[in-house]
Amino acid sequence: MTSVATTDLVRGGRSTRTTIALKLTMAVSGLVFVLWVLAHMYGNLKAFAGHDAFDEYAGHLRTMGQPIFPHAGALWIIRAILVVAIVAHVTSAVILWRRAEGARTTRYQVKKNKHSSLSSRTMRWGGLALLLFIAWHLINFSAPRVNVTGGSTADPYDLVVDSFSTWWLTLVYLVAMLALGMHIRHGFWSACQTLGWTSTTRARHRAKSAGIFLAVLIAGGFSLVPIFVLAGVITK
Amino acid sequence: MTDMPDTTTTGNPSHDAPGDVVDDAAGYYREGDPIADTKSPDDQPVERRWSERKFSARMANPAKRRTLSVIVVGTGLAGASAAATLGEAGYQVKTFCYQDSPRRAHSIAAQGGINAAKNYKGDGDSVYRLFYDTVKGGDYRSRESNSYRLAEVSVNIIDQAVAQGVPFAREYGGLLDNRSFGGVQVSRTFYARGQTGQQLLIGAYQALERQVAAGTVETFTRHEMLELVVVDDGSGPRTRGIITRDLVTGAIDTHIADAVVLATGGYGNVYYLSTNAMGSNVTASWRAHRKGAFFGNPCYTQIHPTCIPVSGTHQSKLTLMSESLRNDGRIWVPKDPADVTRDPRDIAEEDRDYYLERIYPSFGNLVPRDIASRQAKNMCDEGRGVGPEVEGVRRGVYLDFADAIARLGRPAIEAKYGNLFDMYTRITAEDPYQTPMRVYPAIHYTMGGLWVDYDLQSNLPGLFVAGEANFSDQGANRLGASALMQGLADGYFVLPNTIRDYLADGPFDTVPDDHPAVVEARASVQERIDHFLTVNGTRSVDSYHRELGNIMWEYCGMERSAEGLRKAIDLIRSLRDDFWRNVKVLGDSESLNQSLEKAGRVADFFELGELMCIDALHRRESCGGHFRAESQTEDGEALRHDDTFAFVSAWEFGGESGARELGTPVLHKEDLVYTAIEMKQRSYK
Amino acid sequence: MTLTLKIWRQADAAAEGRLHTYQLDEVSPDMSFLEMLDVLNEQLNAAGEEPVAFDSDCREGICGMCSLMINGEAHGPEVTTTCQLHMRSFADGDTITIEPWRAAPFPVLKDLVVDRSAFDRIIQSGGYISVNTGAAPDAHAIPVPKQNADRAFDMATCIGCGACVAACPNGSASLFVGAKVTHLGELPQGQAERDHRVVNMVAQHDHEGFGGCTNIGECAAACPKEIPLDVISQLNRDLRAAMRHGH
Ligand SMILES: Cc1cc2nc3c(=O)[nH]c(=O)nc-3n(C[C@H](O)[C@H](O)[C@H](O)COP(=O)(O)OP(=O)(O)OC[C@H]3O[C@@H](n4cnc5c(N)ncnc54)[C@H](O)[C@@H]3O)c2cc1C
Ligand code: SF4
Ligand code: FES
Repeated sequence: MTSVATTDLVRGGRSTRTTIALKLTMAVSGLVFVLWVLAHMYGNLKAFAGHDAFDEYAGHLRTMGQPIFPHAGALWIIRAILVVAIVAHVTSAVILWRRAEGARTTRYQVKKNKHSSLSSRTMRWGGLALLLFIAWHLINFSAPRVNVTGGSTADPYDLVVDSFSTWWLTLVYLVAMLALGMHIRHGFWSACQTLGWTSTTRARHRAKSAGIFLAVLIAGGFSLVPIFVLAGVITK
Repeated sequence: MTDMPDTTTTGNPSHDAPGDVVDDAAGYYREGDPIADTKSPDDQPVERRWSERKFSARMANPAKRRTLSVIVVGTGLAGASAAATLGEAGYQVKTFCYQDSPRRAHSIAAQGGINAAKNYKGDGDSVYRLFYDTVKGGDYRSRESNSYRLAEVSVNIIDQAVAQGVPFAREYGGLLDNRSFGGVQVSRTFYARGQTGQQLLIGAYQALERQVAAGTVETFTRHEMLELVVVDDGSGPRTRGIITRDLVTGAIDTHIADAVVLATGGYGNVYYLSTNAMGSNVTASWRAHRKGAFFGNPCYTQIHPTCIPVSGTHQSKLTLMSESLRNDGRIWVPKDPADVTRDPRDIAEEDRDYYLERIYPSFGNLVPRDIASRQAKNMCDEGRGVGPEVEGVRRGVYLDFADAIARLGRPAIEAKYGNLFDMYTRITAEDPYQTPMRVYPAIHYTMGGLWVDYDLQSNLPGLFVAGEANFSDQGANRLGASALMQGLADGYFVLPNTIRDYLADGPFDTVPDDHPAVVEARASVQERIDHFLTVNGTRSVDSYHRELGNIMWEYCGMERSAEGLRKAIDLIRSLRDDFWRNVKVLGDSESLNQSLEKAGRVADFFELGELMCIDALHRRESCGGHFRAESQTEDGEALRHDDTFAFVSAWEFGGESGARELGTPVLHKEDLVYTAIEMKQRSYK
Repeated sequence: MTLTLKIWRQADAAAEGRLHTYQLDEVSPDMSFLEMLDVLNEQLNAAGEEPVAFDSDCREGICGMCSLMINGEAHGPEVTTTCQLHMRSFADGDTITIEPWRAAPFPVLKDLVVDRSAFDRIIQSGGYISVNTGAAPDAHAIPVPKQNADRAFDMATCIGCGACVAACPNGSASLFVGAKVTHLGELPQGQAERDHRVVNMVAQHDHEGFGGCTNIGECAAACPKEIPLDVISQLNRDLRAAMRHGH
């Protein structure tokens, strides 16, 4: 009748082709990451137990699951899951981002945010920043490994200490952990909401609190090692 | 809520005795042939008539139904429910509304509830009792067979609504809750908090949208009907379609169908300020009236006593405060006009006039709507009104909860009326817990409307009228919670059963675009639009509308007199004349132009207003919601004249004489005959 | 009060629009926001400028017709509809920017008026319980626990105004869809079509071009009827259930 974007009705819609399916993908892959970073953070704290404990932990990652899996098999499985998760997470995010752009082609001249948290509004750019950080992080500690002090990269523990003794690199990591915390803070609650676990006001408040708790725990936990290295408590 | 615990004195026709046979309206009208409803099987007892009619109404088989088309103008409770049901039956249906979605029709604003004779409370309610209350509440001016049918189908409405998912209030046991509304003796009102109209309309709207998806209904939103197409190819007139304007593009379109249903609501906005939605209008009905449809009882309007008063000349509409407030609030004004500007809390008890308690000691603040309204106006006219002075008068009386708060405690009042108090505070910035509320009567509903027979068909064949737009079931006054009931009864259960009798003769011949009736109708629409856009006058449409409203409120409102009504007719005529010559409508007709829309509506209100005054002038009796100064008892109460006025006034358009002058309207009387109920005079003293 | 109004003017859907600045004196704090615009329109009309087009009907906060983005907030600074907002919420000398709802599925038709028919189509795609007139059992045949009835009611209070979409940075209508899915899903009558309903309504929502929800919460904060974010969780949950059931 009047000028509208569309006037037809979708017939035979499929649940798997909806934006909510994309959101579910993001939620599940995001939760996989939360589990992974929790474990990773726990491992990092081994640095406080000294050189040998840390390297033993790094080694254990490779022998984990033996003999059911071959050497480093479990690690590879985890890696595969993580790769799938990140691809799914990022792809869904990009599709949803583009949809959102398309849904608001003309911006407001004046727009206030009444309720939303900074974390929720920075998911996309924050997520992108985290992606770049992860890339660097892998280069730094996994492969090919880079020691910014020019020292050896053979020993995981030494590499950690060398890296975080460098003030600017520690700063980069701390900023990244802030971003991670914010991402988890909104992401965790958002995942609960997407999975339909927050259909009451109480559940919603609990999920939000849990998000904040996890964010502080993970970002805080990760930050300890760099800070203590820089402060000279953890040394070679 | 005219219905209060037994209010009638036993049938005593002595009040009605020798009615003045003075014809106040002589010279303003011509009398035509009497008219009668021929569709109700009146030889049957009243409780058999509807079954009988449903049985005798002819049907079309499903295959044929698919070839029959119906236009439904209006998507309020009446229109949406009718269109959905006709769609389900397989007819091709088109609906029209002026809002951007069918869901926004004015029905959405109804608060209180919907009556149904379910007797779920086991308190002795029955179809007969609801029927009786409706007729009595309507002051014996409704058609008996229609009112009975309304009560009869009321029970099906609730079943239908619940099945659709309408979330009525429930008790802890999971069953539906009822309340007693407006002082009736039984609890028969179903409600969904203060949003009953919204929930019922959403139910009907969803049913309608379901049919859109099913392909039986096509909805035209932001489309206004501006003319009716009546075709006469020798075998008498037949309503065959409408002319609409697409309010966004300005396109004028012709829509042809086998029958047309008008469900376009009431015309309370003729008073400018009312509780109706801004866009509520009479255009659809009025255009049909001009094409030959009779207008029934145009002067029957209902005034609601407790609305939030006008705060200034900028006021655009009035907001209703639920009548339930009168259960605990006490109404008063200062005794001394000098006190009207004082802080009410500083006015001593003995300086207050609790006028309803004083004049009506047995009913006090719970007198019916019309009495409460009229007395409030009297107090303000005496100079004892309170609140801001608007155009020289303070229009407001206090509704005071101080006693109730002292007696029951603030939490109890909060629990009962919290959301109403909040709404009041939002609008007025005053706190009713601290200082008395101010209220004033406002136009709320119109019982009058297009004349219809028992089939809801007007005297124009093929034109059906449902909901508030028709005159039928409510008489001279409507019970609270009965308008929603009527709209849905008409749309879900009555119309679909009666229209099939008419459609059984269809499908009718196609009506080509160049048919003279279509050409004429389109030309008349175009002519009006062109006129408005080229007058280049000086006054805005709203300013005319406001002035017309003032005239109507002053002279054709709660209290009417022959002298006032004659004056009003003169005022309306000269203002209308000025309107046509001096209105200022900017913009063009090819896009959204809200001034242009309003101009067309106000033009029709002018003509309606005049007819209302003539009808009121002619009806020299006090009945239902209006008081005729010339017809009162010795102690100043309303006096009805059953011997002279027990009829429906069905007005025929008098044609146009000269440039935009109206011809003399023709009055057709339909006698009201009661076989199941005895007429009684009301008394509240 | 005296106000400076910056109002979006756009001749029609195809035209370019921009903010126009108007001065308005003698605004009473008792006016509603729309009455303030009425007064402006009288002034414009008298001066020979076409009045500003905006939507309203009930002016009681229930029909959902009024819209308006007021100083960057949908329906303005209070939790209510534009028609129920009063000028006492503003101060003398304020500058107020008034824009239409902005979302690709809500194209601007003129000035401040937008087309929200996408919402009707979302309802068409499944926002109902299929029951033909006359086919209903007695209303007391199925008791509904009060708790469910109340929750259904709370969600059924949505007025379809579109403020949620207007406020959402993603232009998502999830709150609107969630409210309807929760209303009908809470009732025994609504169970039979529950899976179909959610899938079809979400599919239509996506097809109309609304964005996906990222659980930011601007919608619930803007909603004049205080529909809570819970309904979006319920929506997601129902969709997941439908997925499990193979829809
Ligand atoms: C504030 C308020 C509270 C009320 N509370 C109650 C209550 O508690 N209980 C009760 O029983 N009743 C109540 N009523 C009365 C009741 O709401 C109405 O009488 C009833 O809803 C009318 O329904 P309807 O379907 O006849 O018309 P409406 O709902 O008025 O619908 C009219 C339809 O016609 C369309 N239309 C009009 N003109 C045109 C045109 N020219 N072209 C195209 N379309 C057109 C409109 O778009 C709309 O869709 C209340 C009324 C008000 C104002
Ligand atoms: S959910 Fe709230 S904001 Fe959205 S359409 Fe409904 S009432 Fe308006
Ligand atoms: S005009 Fe109806 S909600 Fe504002």
